[in-house]
Order: sequence, then C-alpha cells, then structure tokens
Amino acid sequence: MSETMRFRDPKVAQGIALKIREVAPKKGQVKICHVCGTHEWTITHFGLRSLLPENVEVIAGPGCPVCIVPAAEIDEAVQLAKQGKVITCFGDLLRVPGSESSLLEAKAAGADVRIVYAVSDAIEMARAEREKEFVFHAVGFETTAPITAVEALGDLPRNFSFLVSHRLIPPAMELLLGVEDLQIDGFIAPGHVSAIIGTKPYELFTKVYRMPTVVAGFEPNDVLMAVYMILKQHSTSEAELENEYSRVVKPEGNRKALEVMRRAFKVTAGNWRGIGSLDNSAYALKSSLEEYDARKKFDIKPSEGKDIHKGCQCHQVIVGKIKPNQCPMFLKACTPAKPVGACMVSSEGTCRVWAKNVAAANTA
Amino acid sequence: MLMCLAIPAKIISLQGEKAQVDFGQGVLRDVNVSLVEAKQGDYVLVHAGYAIQVLEEKEALETLSLWSDVLAQAGQE
Ligand code: SF4
Repeated sequence: MSETMRFRDPKVAQGIALKIREVAPKKGQVKICHVCGTHEWTITHFGLRSLLPENVEVIAGPGCPVCIVPAAEIDEAVQLAKQGKVITCFGDLLRVPGSESSLLEAKAAGADVRIVYAVSDAIEMARAEREKEFVFHAVGFETTAPITAVEALGDLPRNFSFLVSHRLIPPAMELLLGVEDLQIDGFIAPGHVSAIIGTKPYELFTKVYRMPTVVAGFEPNDVLMAVYMILKQHSTSEAELENEYSRVVKPEGNRKALEVMRRAFKVTAGNWRGIGSLDNSAYALKSSLEEYDARKKFDIKPSEGKDIHKGCQCHQVIVGKIKPNQCPMFLKACTPAKPVGACMVSSEGTCRVWAKNVAAANTA
Repeated sequence: MLMCLAIPAKIISLQGEKAQVDFGQGVLRDVNVSLVEAKQGDYVLVHAGYAIQVLEEKEALETLSLWSDVLAQAGQE
C-alpha cells in the first residue's frame, strides 16, 4: 500500500473510531474546534462526523484565509484595478465580495485581473511587461506569508508591489475562546500553519486556557487521531499540547521561514471579515520595504468596507456558532455558482465545503 | 486550490533555489526551495509553488506505527 493510502486506510479509521467511543464521555456535549479549511474538507469529504458519537461535535472556526479578508481590503484591490494596475492573485480571491464589487466584476468591467498559481508567476509577468504596474494581492495565513516575505526580500522589478492581507491564526483561536455561547473543549491546530510557526504559539491555550490542543495532519486518520487524543485528555481533565503531525511539524517550526518573515513583516492589528479588528493578527511589510508596499506606493482611498451582505450568516459560520445548513440561504439563495457570502466563494469556505458535500452535510 | 493545502512531492533535481519535483504519477513541476534545506531525493511539502517543509520519513513511519498501536489496543479490549 502506498504511504498516502495507509494514512487513509479505512480499517485504521474504524479502529480509531472505536477508541474514540471508549474515551468519549458518556454524557454531556464535547465541542472540538479546528481552524483550517483543509481540515473541514477532510472531515466533510470523508464523512468523519458520522464516525463520532453523537455528543462529540467538531466545528469549524475561522480557517479560510480568503473568507476572512475584509471587504475593505478587496475594495483596495478593486480600486487599484480600476486605476489601471494589473492585479494578480490566487483564483479563490477573484469572486470574494468587496463592498460594491469583487475582482471578478472589476475584470468583467475591463480591469486587468490575472490569476496566478504562484507569486513568482506574477513577478515574471511584471518583468516581461515593464510598462505596466503589477500588484499581487497577498492573502493567506502563516503557511503562505513566508512566500511573500522571501520574495519581498528578494530582487523584485520596480513595477511590482504587494497588497498584503496576511493574517495570523493564534489570535483568531484566542478570540474563539471568548465568543459568547460557544463552549470549546479542545483545539485541532492547523498542520500547515504549524509547519511554519511550530508548536510553541499554542502553549497559551494549554497553559493559560487549559485547552487540550493537538496539531494534526490532513488525512482522515490524522483528524480522527487528533479527536481521539483530545478526548483522551478531556477524560482525565488534562490540557496538553500534542503533535500528531510530527512527520511535518517540528516544535520549532520552519526556522528559515520564520526568519524571512521576521525580516520582512511587522505584526499589526488586522480586520477579519465578520469578526472585526484583532490585535497582533496581521502582517504588514516593514517600512524598509515600502517601495514594494502597494498601500504606500499608490493612492488608495480607505473604505469603510461592507463585510456581510443582507441575510448572510458568514459572521456566525466563521466563528463556528452556526453550521452552514442553519443559514436560511444555504443552497437556496446562496450556491457555489451564485455565492452571497465569502464563505461560499472560496473552496476552503465552510459553506462551500458543505455545499460540495451536501450528502455529508445533511447527515451531520 | 485550497490555500492551506500543501502537497508532498519528491525532489528530482535541484538548481539553486529551483527544484524539479514529482507529485507522483509523473506530474512534474518546478518549485522554489528557498524556504527549506532540502536535497535531491527528499520529500517536500509544496504550497503555492514553494516548498514549505521537508517531510520526515522516520516520523511518517512513527505516525503509522502509533496508529497500529492504538488499533492493537482496540483489538484487545
Ligand atoms: S450559505 Fe451563503 S449566505 Fe449563508 S452564511 Fe454561507 S455564504 Fe453566507
């Protein structure tokens, strides 16, 4: 059996599910929260919720880096596009609603908006078309941010700059612990964010909040194993930081990546769609790199930003307070083809993931 | 594309910051390896065109054996 197949082996899954039943409390609800769109994909795609006892719930927190980009920052990109700059971005960002227009709508209206697979593609384009100004809208959590950092410190053409909308995950996890009516009993920490930042930033949750926290990978058995490890801690009232994903995540993270981020970015307060401003939750380019900072280089009018469109419950979905199928518009007024909210736009948005796996969603 | 997703690939050849990697089934691609210390033959996790971490084979095998330990216990009880 190939390695990937072994990580997905259904026999193993069944075995872990049995162990989960053994350690799960006989009464009372347990709520485990993950904060990663890819975890949500694994859970719904493989129908993992159906393997859990009824009183064990796994909910999705703000794990979609595209969904949480506030409308005001989409508005900035749209403004730049309308000024004639070439906006480059990952495909997922294209349809994320701004206050008035998405980048896709700006493109339909004649703006030059291009999808790239990697930021290096955008830089190549800028080198090839020197007469135009290129802006890369840099979105993503700590998994993606080091890529922006390493390029920002590298040798960039003068007609290239970044519109940075990177966000940090630990402050969002901390926020969840303060949300009213949302009692969380354990965290599944995101594997690929952790590959960069390591495990230390999560000590806050175990030491201060006494919250069992397990870093997990993305195969179905990784996620089940993390649920098991959390329930096991829960059963003995422990709060440990465990690493299920040691094949990728080292306690110290990726030193090279952390070093380039330290050199390129300063940590600031950042706005999250549907959540508002969180302290120390965003990266901005340091002033030494301001010639590559689109916000410094060009004239952008700040926008108030209209984050949530009428009737959309994204702000509740993002913090795990409701499930997508509890939104009256889910798969009615709001579908992947005609999304109303950001959570339905991105392939990592909780509503979109559920829509794509409707059968799983209906039984969850 | 899933933005937090990173896919394992094997480094076929290296030239400075660029590496050619194999995602399996003959899907080859150039990726940037400036964020990792990797050598030819290593498995790396690739995210948006950049390797972000080296996969440790020893730990991968440990994870699998941890799972079979849990299973062995499940069988006994
Ligand atoms: S289903 Fe659509 S309208 Fe409802 S919360 Fe999700 S994105 Fe918003």
